[in-house]
Amino acid sequence: MKTDKNDRILLAHGGGGQLSDELIRHHILPRFDNNTLAELTDSANLELDSKSICFTTDSYVVKPLFFNGGDIGKLAVCGTINDLAVAGSKPVALSLSLIIEEGFEFKLLDKILDSISQTARDNNVNIVTGDTKTVEAGAADKIFINTAGIGVKLDGIDLGFKKIKAGDKILINGTIGDHGMTIMSQRKDIKFQSQLKSDCAGLADLITKLLEGSNGVKFMRDPTRGGLAVTLNDIARQAGLSIEINQADIPINPNVQTAADMLGFDVLDIANEGKVVAILSAESADQCLNICRKHPLGKEAKIIGEIVKPKNVPIVEMTTIIGGKRIVHIPYGRQLPRIC
Amino acid sequence: MLDRINKAQNMIETACKKLGKQINIMEVCGTHTVSIFRNGIRTILPDNLKLLSGPGCPVCVTDQSYIDNVLQIADNKDCLIATYGDMIRVPGKGGSLETKQTTANVKIVLSSEDALQLAKDNPDKTVVFIAVGFETTTPATAVAIKEAHADSVDNFCVLSGHKLVVPAMKALVSTKNDHIDAFLCPGHVSVIIGYNSYKEIVEDYGRPCVVAGFEPIQIIEGLAEICRQLADGKTKLESVYSAVVTAEGNTIAQKIIEECFEPADGYWRGLGEIEKSTLKIKDKYSKFDALKRFDITETPVEDTSGCQCGEVLCGLIDPPQCKLFGKTCTINTPIGPCMVSSEGACAAWYKYSLKEKP
Ligand code: SF4
Repeated sequence: MKTDKNDRILLAHGGGGQLSDELIRHHILPRFDNNTLAELTDSANLELDSKSICFTTDSYVVKPLFFNGGDIGKLAVCGTINDLAVAGSKPVALSLSLIIEEGFEFKLLDKILDSISQTARDNNVNIVTGDTKTVEAGAADKIFINTAGIGVKLDGIDLGFKKIKAGDKILINGTIGDHGMTIMSQRKDIKFQSQLKSDCAGLADLITKLLEGSNGVKFMRDPTRGGLAVTLNDIARQAGLSIEINQADIPINPNVQTAADMLGFDVLDIANEGKVVAILSAESADQCLNICRKHPLGKEAKIIGEIVKPKNVPIVEMTTIIGGKRIVHIPYGRQLPRIC
Repeated sequence: MLDRINKAQNMIETACKKLGKQINIMEVCGTHTVSIFRNGIRTILPDNLKLLSGPGCPVCVTDQSYIDNVLQIADNKDCLIATYGDMIRVPGKGGSLETKQTTANVKIVLSSEDALQLAKDNPDKTVVFIAVGFETTTPATAVAIKEAHADSVDNFCVLSGHKLVVPAMKALVSTKNDHIDAFLCPGHVSVIIGYNSYKEIVEDYGRPCVVAGFEPIQIIEGLAEICRQLADGKTKLESVYSAVVTAEGNTIAQKIIEECFEPADGYWRGLGEIEKSTLKIKDKYSKFDALKRFDITETPVEDTSGCQCGEVLCGLIDPPQCKLFGKTCTINTPIGPCMVSSEGACAAWYKYSLKEKP
């Protein structure tokens, strides 16, 4: 009996019985071909050649599941890979947990699993362990994914807030706001048509090249939820230093800007899924910029500002295109489109 | 573009020096306010030029009684409330649409068209569209009403909170607020109403009115034009947005508004009752009027929260002068609509300028 007979996930697919087994053997295992996973042991056994590892986890819920430039599966792999990479490690292994709503179509599940497998392969990581659960209709919104990941610390790399000093430069590897504006424009209840594409991408390769090619990188973070505004404010607060950025230097796709203007959003607050903010020593800035620009994910890299001594409390200040100054604050938790 | 900015900036500086006294220019519209703060325009102006944020943010000027009416309707289990995002956080009696446990479902929409679609998709519910906004959003509401009428979408109705910009500007200069020297008028509203609508303010009240778009350069050039007029002792109607704004405006949109709405005296937060300043649904379409359907009368209520939005909206105080600003009233815990609305003056001050600044 093939499980796709009725094309949809049943509660029994998470029940641990025959249907669960078929879900794993027919849909999951063939897509993640590696020895560790194939053994189907309770825990994955990993041989790592480093004493120091990075370990992270993240859960992914996104509406719509498929968007221009990616899908929830790609997001779940890239997000965790990026969290490992910005900590100065090379991602090696991921876990994959699926929570699936009863009635979810196999066709869509397969599409998501294909995307996960492709993204993992593209980024040289293995899915080594996992879990599937099914929940009653209404108890989850189609599918939720959790991935945890292990990365091996790169030799001699030590990143942290405490290394940041006044005079350091701030680099970003490309345009901001693409992911968030794409998602927002595609949501069903916000009928905003546009030509936007999420920047969803795994940054491990770019970051490894950066760290191996220069010793001037002091700290990195991927500006996901809350965008550049949250990331820069976090850095300022944690480092106890202020940040000055220059609006004219921040790369923004004009379509993203138009969409944000129409909906009344500030692009600085909008999520990215393939961007990294790196704090660099002033001397290494040009070198790092060159390394980035040679990489497909860093062609539009820019130095957008620098770290300065705080006048009073640490703040993020931006010189605007017209030469005015304004503060960049952390955005309010939930963004609502404006009226006219 | 830098050339244009420098030129306009020089013009402003020369004019302000010549004037030698404090100049107050009111930007009427919330979209201008946001752009001014987002682009740090205040920080490049001379010290004696002050920008006041006016009553052009639709959420901000909505009287508390309107919110109370919305909340009252939301107690109805057969209703579905369709509202613009900003409105759900504006507090009324006993909370806001976001915080109060309402019986009705609340849906955020981007347009009146979405609201009408909701009504079509949910024939067993009465969909109440919370229609606020100035002349820019009113035509779309009117179109929805006409369409509902034509297609007999009887489960659709509108709680009109629509307002007119010019009566509020007149109210501002004809009463206590003689401190306003000139107005920077909103581009998008002017496209609809035409710049002739400001004639009376220029001719009878002697205040320059200059229409400008929302790009920082357009705003700076608008301010430069105003400063030049003031320095030369002239009062003129001018548009630095002339490519799109005409003297008569968009007559088609005006006709659509006229067909569904008529001006009525109405309440504004902070400004009180203003003659013929709000739009009520005409009798012909009364079946789509939520006020009639739910038998609601509009009675102004007194705001006891200590919020000084009224004074902010009249340009009498800057937000940081409000006792609650940055203390109990913040972006995360807004007390008044000027902090709730993304276009509100308090939110703009809070988000984009140093709190230490006066
Ligand atoms: S700071 Fe808050 S309470 Fe004070 S006027 Fe503004 S919105 Fe009202």
